[in-house]
Amino acid sequence: MIPSRFDYVRVASVDEAVAALTEHGEDAKLLAGGHSLLPVMKLRLAVPSVLIDISGISDLSYVRAEGDEVAIGAGTRHHELERSEVARAEVPLLSHTAGRVGDPQVRHRGTLGGTVAHSDPASDLPTALLALGGTVVVQGPGGRREVPVTGFWTGFFETALSPDEMVVEVRVPRTGNAGWGYEKFTRRENDWPIVAAAAVQGRVALANMGGSVVRATATEEALAGGASIAEAAALADQGTSPTSDMHADQEYRRHLARLLTRRALEKAAAAAH
Amino acid sequence: MQVSMTVNGRQRTDDVEPRLLLAHHLRDVCGLKATNIGCDSTSCGACTVVVDGLTVKSCTVLAVQADGAQVTTLEGLTGPDGEMHPVQRAFREEHGLQCGFCTPGMVMAAIGVLADNPDPSDREVREGLEGNLCRCTGYHNIVRAVQAAAKSGPAAGQVPQAQEVEA
Repeated sequence: MIPSRFDYVRVASVDEAVAALTEHGEDAKLLAGGHSLLPVMKLRLAVPSVLIDISGISDLSYVRAEGDEVAIGAGTRHHELERSEVARAEVPLLSHTAGRVGDPQVRHRGTLGGTVAHSDPASDLPTALLALGGTVVVQGPGGRREVPVTGFWTGFFETALSPDEMVVEVRVPRTGNAGWGYEKFTRRENDWPIVAAAAVQGRVALANMGGSVVRATATEEALAGGASIAEAAALADQGTSPTSDMHADQEYRRHLARLLTRRALEKAAAAAH
Repeated sequence: MQVSMTVNGRQRTDDVEPRLLLAHHLRDVCGLKATNIGCDSTSCGACTVVVDGLTVKSCTVLAVQADGAQVTTLEGLTGPDGEMHPVQRAFREEHGLQCGFCTPGMVMAAIGVLADNPDPSDREVREGLEGNLCRCTGYHNIVRAVQAAAKSGPAAGQVPQAQEVEA
């Protein structure tokens, strides 16, 4: 499978990338690792006329502790996040989840900014980020702004990004020793999750239970009200809108959401200090 | 547009369309046919090659993204005297293949596994090869081959072009 023709532009800075996005408009797409974009281009589900390669922007790849937060550059590849000592110590849910994305070859290429901007409801890292909270830092022609993760993923492949903006950083609160759990159900280890659940500090997020990654709000409210893990997890699919496909029908996905939420919460409780 | 890369130790420059996939570049432009294209959708790992020390699936990388990179394919593993790479030798000795289609990708991915972990357990080999499918389901001997290669020393986790393979 071969993508449609496109023009290819390399940029060396975020400012150049934003300028190129502004120049080329909605037909342009940013290319980093390409592991979300190239597959959909090969299927001709995406037909951008210009690809702006941002992988040469050297200062977009970092993981560092800053005050109460950990800041991760948008160009950080999954295998770098998986192995980052800062991430493992300060946001272990995130480093663990990075190591569950795809397979080693995919993790060598895919970037955090790419998976965040792509907004696939089945993606691992946005699920973990939604449970962690925090912000996505984006830059456009007017400068930088911060979007809370709770408002970033707005629908199927849709985000709060304007066409002339790019993700430059993700900031998450340091959770340190707080217990966490990430439970993912797949047919094969390197597949996208059929459903996944991330839990940390009483918050739960779900993959593939709607048009975007979603919080299990009924579960969170029940936990806050003193419910047991089993009682709270039984509410995990409330308010979600999973689809049916060849991998699972809606009812099965609802079952998985409840089951994986219970397991993730149990792991978080067992690991809490 | 012009793309320059070092393929199996040899520098080359070619004029390619931006949409040309690295897998097609290696097979059709460079004439290196060991790299197989299986699923063509980032799943099966048959097209695995090493780019700048990391295993990648070349069906999901554009040739232009490898501009300036060091690329190693299965052909680049064999020494100048025709001596096989320790992982190749182990796959032969342990019969780590059935039909052989997945083998080039398996060998390249196995080098990545051993670069990361020079003495992997059975489970660690299986997890490290999660991105490579053998539809003959010949996994037992593949795992055995990777563990046998590990016993031959650190060269099993390296590619010859003086290029470090990372995890």
